[in-house]
Amino acid sequence: MGNLLEIKNLNVQFDIFGAHVQAVRGVSFELNVGETLAIVGESGSGKSVTSKAIMGLIPNPPGKITSGEIFFDGSDLVKYSQKQMQKIRGKDISMIFQDPMTALNPTMKIGKQIMEGLIKHQNLSKNEAKTKAAELLKLVGIPNPDKRLDEYPHQFSGGMRQRVVIAIALACNPKILIADEPTTALDVTIQAQILDLMRDIQKKTGTAIILITHDLGVVANLAQRVAVMYGGKIVETGTLEEIFYNPKHPYTWGLLSSMPKLHAKTDKLLAIPGTPPDLSDPPKGCPFAPRCPHAMKVCVDHMPDYTKLSATQKTACWLLDERAPKVDPPATIGVGGE
Amino acid sequence: MDESREKLLQVKNLKKYFKVSRKDTLKAVDDVTFDVYKGETFGLVGESGCGKSTTGRTIIRLYEPTEGEVLFDGEEIGGKLSTKAKKNLSRRMQMIFQDPYASLNPRMMVKDIIAEGLDIHHLVKSDKERMDRVYHLLETVGLNREHANRYPHEFSGGQRQRIGIARALAVDPDFIIADEPISALDVSIQAQVVNLLQELQEQQGLTFLFIAHDLSMVKHISDRVGVMYLGNMAELAPSDELYDHPLHPYTQALLSAIPVADPKVERTRERIILQGDVPSPVDPPSGCRFRTRCPFAMEICAKARPKWHEAGKGHWVSCHLHDDGLKK
Repeated sequence: MGNLLEIKNLNVQFDIFGAHVQAVRGVSFELNVGETLAIVGESGSGKSVTSKAIMGLIPNPPGKITSGEIFFDGSDLVKYSQKQMQKIRGKDISMIFQDPMTALNPTMKIGKQIMEGLIKHQNLSKNEAKTKAAELLKLVGIPNPDKRLDEYPHQFSGGMRQRVVIAIALACNPKILIADEPTTALDVTIQAQILDLMRDIQKKTGTAIILITHDLGVVANLAQRVAVMYGGKIVETGTLEEIFYNPKHPYTWGLLSSMPKLHAKTDKLLAIPGTPPDLSDPPKGCPFAPRCPHAMKVCVDHMPDYTKLSATQKTACWLLDERAPKVDPPATIGVGGE
Repeated sequence: MDESREKLLQVKNLKKYFKVSRKDTLKAVDDVTFDVYKGETFGLVGESGCGKSTTGRTIIRLYEPTEGEVLFDGEEIGGKLSTKAKKNLSRRMQMIFQDPYASLNPRMMVKDIIAEGLDIHHLVKSDKERMDRVYHLLETVGLNREHANRYPHEFSGGQRQRIGIARALAVDPDFIIADEPISALDVSIQAQVVNLLQELQEQQGLTFLFIAHDLSMVKHISDRVGVMYLGNMAELAPSDELYDHPLHPYTQALLSAIPVADPKVERTRERIILQGDVPSPVDPPSGCRFRTRCPFAMEICAKARPKWHEAGKGHWVSCHLHDDGLKK
């Protein structure tokens, strides 16, 4: 097990309406070979921008990576030109998008869309690519692959389209698969099919997955490690068990207790009051301080450093400082497994 | 559910068909029957295209029902209505929409959006009374007086949904249809809006029809839940009963498909994964609508439509597996 991808102190800024929106502010994490890392957060927390930065897909202008490094295979992707990135995208790192309705080209046959990457990156002939494309469709569970290669996206249902998107992403055996809300646009029964498929494929191919989502249920289903993002920063990271059963950051507490439990009776949801911060004028201290029930004076003025709680868990919160008062998490946290 | 409780809304064999071409008819809602009791929250769940929104919109008469009866407080509201009756209905029945970005007029100030119902129904006599009502409503839904003179674009999604709720409350309705009121919002904001709805219900004795696809949220907020599939009601039961003892294979699959935010449960849970997709409502399967994806489908399922019957106290289901004559 080694680091496949290492991100160090990434900062991404968008210059929009005369303001500088700091979407990602000093994010660092690493991805190991073959694992699934989930990045969880609400809209505007910077999770999708982080993934786009890895892919080199930040539109410039208005966006730019202002500082930081993204190490993949020993080299820094931030310094790569678009041309160099094109050799990586779709080959070593590929992406599954949220909306399968817009991720596919409606005027191109499915087969051609899958073959595109195979011909470009693996120098296959048209016929070889076609055979491989049929195999891929079979891998993602689409019946009659040979016939369906000649169909257009509108002839597929939502779940089937997402399968095609996954087939395209897997075409060149990527080392990293970035899945940006892969099941958000799908119905629950179809979501269950796609999650099953993704787990199955990871077993078969050993691809590392970065799963970007706001749905903690999907995280519990698929991920091994979790990074919780808020206001452009990672506020807490740890293994799946650590985040769900022993979270230390009040935002993680809030996120976990604001969801109703299917298997238990909840009288009242613990809502997080207020709204997320405006990142064109990011708070000086902890971004969660204005909504945090345990906020202290220091939280408003200074961003806390990460406290290492175990080999895998890191949390950025002043409550973990030895001078801070002891605060217990809400009663609903940490009671796992029924 | 107590039998003696007063029924506020009775939906009987409601059908809503849309003509999509000269020969094709889309049967969005096909023979749906249920009651909503006074003061309760009735949840309506199902996947996209199952007809849950159409049901809600037909009840409030955004669509004309094709067939069937809708009784509100004992009065028939499904047929032709006089302008006066319609107006009276819209005062007593209000709706909260899914998309808080599309459901507020961007050119109107918040105070005018909220007071539109008051103006139409002449519920206020003076400007001062009108503003007092608006301020009161804004405070009820957790916003400030200062917000009255702003435009919708100045608000976040959660705040806009609060404006939508204030507008619905303005005319002092008895019954509110909430069509996916939280699905466009972030998780932490969802909890705020759901808590607000529950508080309002306690304070004002409102009755809700809560339409959503998020089963865990529906379970949380509802007293009773109806599960729809392809225009039919598959199962209806008190919410705990439905989640603890689902009878219909579709309900079972739906419940098992929801990912639970608990890794240990997720790892040990047995999952029923349905094969295939929902068939087209233009050309639905014969007999039971669910038979093409049902793991227990029998011969009879293709031939006869299962009867909508009460399998336990207050627990209704339409499935041949639970039909007494055929019980295994």
